[in-house]
Amino acid sequence: MSARLGYEKIAVAVPVTVPYVRYSVKSAHWFIARALGALLKHSGLEKSAIDGACVSGFLLFPDTAVGLMQHLGLSPRWLDHIPMGGASGVVALRRAARAVQAGDATIVACVAGDTNHVDSFRHTIASFSQFARDAVYPYGSGGPNASFAFLTEHFMRTRGATREDFGKLCVAQRTNALNFPHALFKKPLTLDEYLGARPIAEPLHLFDCVMPCAGAEGFLVMAEERARSLALPFVRIRATVERHNAFPDDPIQVRGGWALEREALWEQAGAGPQDVDLVELYDDYPVITTMQLEDLGFAQAGEVVRFLRENTFTTEGSLPLNTSGGQLSVGQAGAAGGYLGMVECLRQLTRQPLGAPVRDARLGLVSGFGMINYDRGLCSGAVVLEAVSA
Amino acid sequence: MTQPITRPKRKNPVLRTRLPVLPPWPRSRIALGLTAAAAEGRFELQVCASCGAVQYPPREACHRCLGDELPWRAQAGTGELISQTLLRHSHDIFFRERVPWRLGMVVLDAGPTVVVHLHGDVGAPPTRVRVGARLDKAGMAVLVGFPEKDEPNMADDRQLREMTCDPKFRKGLVTDGKTGVGQALVRELIAAGADPVWVGHAEPWKKLPGLAELNELPQVTLVPLDVTDARSVKELAGEIGAKVDILVNNVELHRTHGIAARYGTDVARAEMEVNYLGLLRLAQEFGPVMRARGADGQSSAVAWVNLLSIFALANFPAHGTYSASKAAALSLAQCLRAEMRPAGVRVVNVFPGPIEDEWNQLLPPPKLAPAALARSVVAALKDGVEDVYPGDVAQEWRERLRESPKVLERELAGH
Repeated sequence: MSARLGYEKIAVAVPVTVPYVRYSVKSAHWFIARALGALLKHSGLEKSAIDGACVSGFLLFPDTAVGLMQHLGLSPRWLDHIPMGGASGVVALRRAARAVQAGDATIVACVAGDTNHVDSFRHTIASFSQFARDAVYPYGSGGPNASFAFLTEHFMRTRGATREDFGKLCVAQRTNALNFPHALFKKPLTLDEYLGARPIAEPLHLFDCVMPCAGAEGFLVMAEERARSLALPFVRIRATVERHNAFPDDPIQVRGGWALEREALWEQAGAGPQDVDLVELYDDYPVITTMQLEDLGFAQAGEVVRFLRENTFTTEGSLPLNTSGGQLSVGQAGAAGGYLGMVECLRQLTRQPLGAPVRDARLGLVSGFGMINYDRGLCSGAVVLEAVSA
Repeated sequence: MTQPITRPKRKNPVLRTRLPVLPPWPRSRIALGLTAAAAEGRFELQVCASCGAVQYPPREACHRCLGDELPWRAQAGTGELISQTLLRHSHDIFFRERVPWRLGMVVLDAGPTVVVHLHGDVGAPPTRVRVGARLDKAGMAVLVGFPEKDEPNMADDRQLREMTCDPKFRKGLVTDGKTGVGQALVRELIAAGADPVWVGHAEPWKKLPGLAELNELPQVTLVPLDVTDARSVKELAGEIGAKVDILVNNVELHRTHGIAARYGTDVARAEMEVNYLGLLRLAQEFGPVMRARGADGQSSAVAWVNLLSIFALANFPAHGTYSASKAAALSLAQCLRAEMRPAGVRVVNVFPGPIEDEWNQLLPPPKLAPAALARSVVAALKDGVEDVYPGDVAQEWRERLRESPKVLERELAGH
């Protein structure tokens, strides 16, 4: 394989969040419009300066990014719709960076948002995919909880992980969330409360599951030069990977596409897991966070359970992880869940965190994971981001 | 081991009867192949005609070689349970009312990983299981993980009983107890645990053999029922309609000959009066009340069985007008099935070949013994099957119909 192009001179800037709410009567279009408005406000750009757009949102249906452009009055010369759920942030960044590098666009707005009506989550999972509708939803209609319960049961049994191990991650993320203004969960969580929570789909209990909500996230991708001229703090992209439908012959998901792309990622980054100051891992359920720690090389193969026990994961911890609280404590605003870690990492590395800062953070890793099409998550991706000295 | 179910308590008439709801029924068109096989009691998956790879979930092209010819083929269903969950929360009303609900993930020996409803007798993973296809309350195929070997009381599993129509502790009505078939059906239902069983008999002044003995069974209550008489049907429905869980309509009028050998329409009209309009009268009186009881506790209304004939599917000229009346009844039964479906009440159509009775005297063997027919019907109820082809003749016709209806028509004409 020939060496891939790097991402020199590309800037990622202007992390924005449309504050999360549990339920909203607004539409996904409204949330994405607000995110776009925030991008303009914080960058000082005119709407016409946005000549590229990357959009994700489950509940835009029947619209796609195309209809949204007319809805919002944008005329981009480069447009992408990324229906990859939790991987959409990483994938949007990759697409946008290449578009800017190639000169197909100069400023790309990457936005993801969704609403949450009282009954919209049920509709989303009932018709999530053809395979889900045919071969999963008729089986108890538990949605992703049931699917991840299978993966979690299998992982715990074969790897010796306990509920306390997963609880440690959830409690640490809640601690991080207590400082983060947009988190929907504002009360401390103890390990006893985690262990005593009501069962949802055994072995998953309440605090293993994300709470669906409404909100939006966004960021801009442009040339470094442009970011400097606009006086925007930005970060650089050291490396990115994505992989879809990895390991199709595994009878049950025990790893994601990261395991195939780990070497390529660190090689392109010119760094290793030990160099990273904070990680923002896609965390719809703690078992997936755990798998990624191993797949991405933070823990040695077969050692991740010990790794969980030997490390701490708050912003002050040995490995600051999901420093805004992650989806488990902030909430999962549909496709914006795939942007939450990215936007938080951008804030940390540009020294503008909304919650507790990770001191002297230079290098951050953000992952994405999306789309339980049938029995496993299909999209995985990761990026390594680097702070730029002021 | 499954705890055997006990006889349900008498219904409290003060409480509201729970309305029937169905598990999610939308499926892609290609996935309905699973249902088509399960409706006849088979578990089939798509197998690639080019490379032999077994496919699941159902799809349009082979995941291995992209071959687009994926015929449905019978599966052994053996495999290993690799994970399980006990669902405590569901987004769907049907399951919400029924949690906790046990689910499993099975890797079939044939290749694919399947999500299944998991029988309570299956041990914790990893363990060997047998996967079978069943129709769920919505009439759509689902996969069920069973223990590798049969266990006592397996049919009493709470989840499985939501998919089958097992007669145990259910109340039955057999619409005609005067025939050998009717009497065999009553005895077989009782042997399977049905209690009570109401047994219809028209023209009570005609003393036919066997009925008096049947009436001595403690489960049996004889009830007057003449399906050609709207008032008779209405009266019986008013009396027991709200209690019948399984209705077996076996009344039939069967005369031989086709068109030329029996001039006039009187016999054909009489056949239609019983075989077609009789079903319609029963359906109009018993259908609505059974529909209302689709979720009435452990022993809710579950099944409506129509004793049709293999001649309903292709005319047998030697019994030509009879065939026509059974074809009409089949068409109506499909309508009834569609109307009963929202309540989860299964309409079971039975297509026997010639039965060993006086009206088939001149037909050569093999002929289906009434007891064998009754066993097939009860087996279909236990397995939740909706189209039954009992006996060798019916099986062969089914096969020939599948191959070529036109060839079968020519062959039957030359009988």
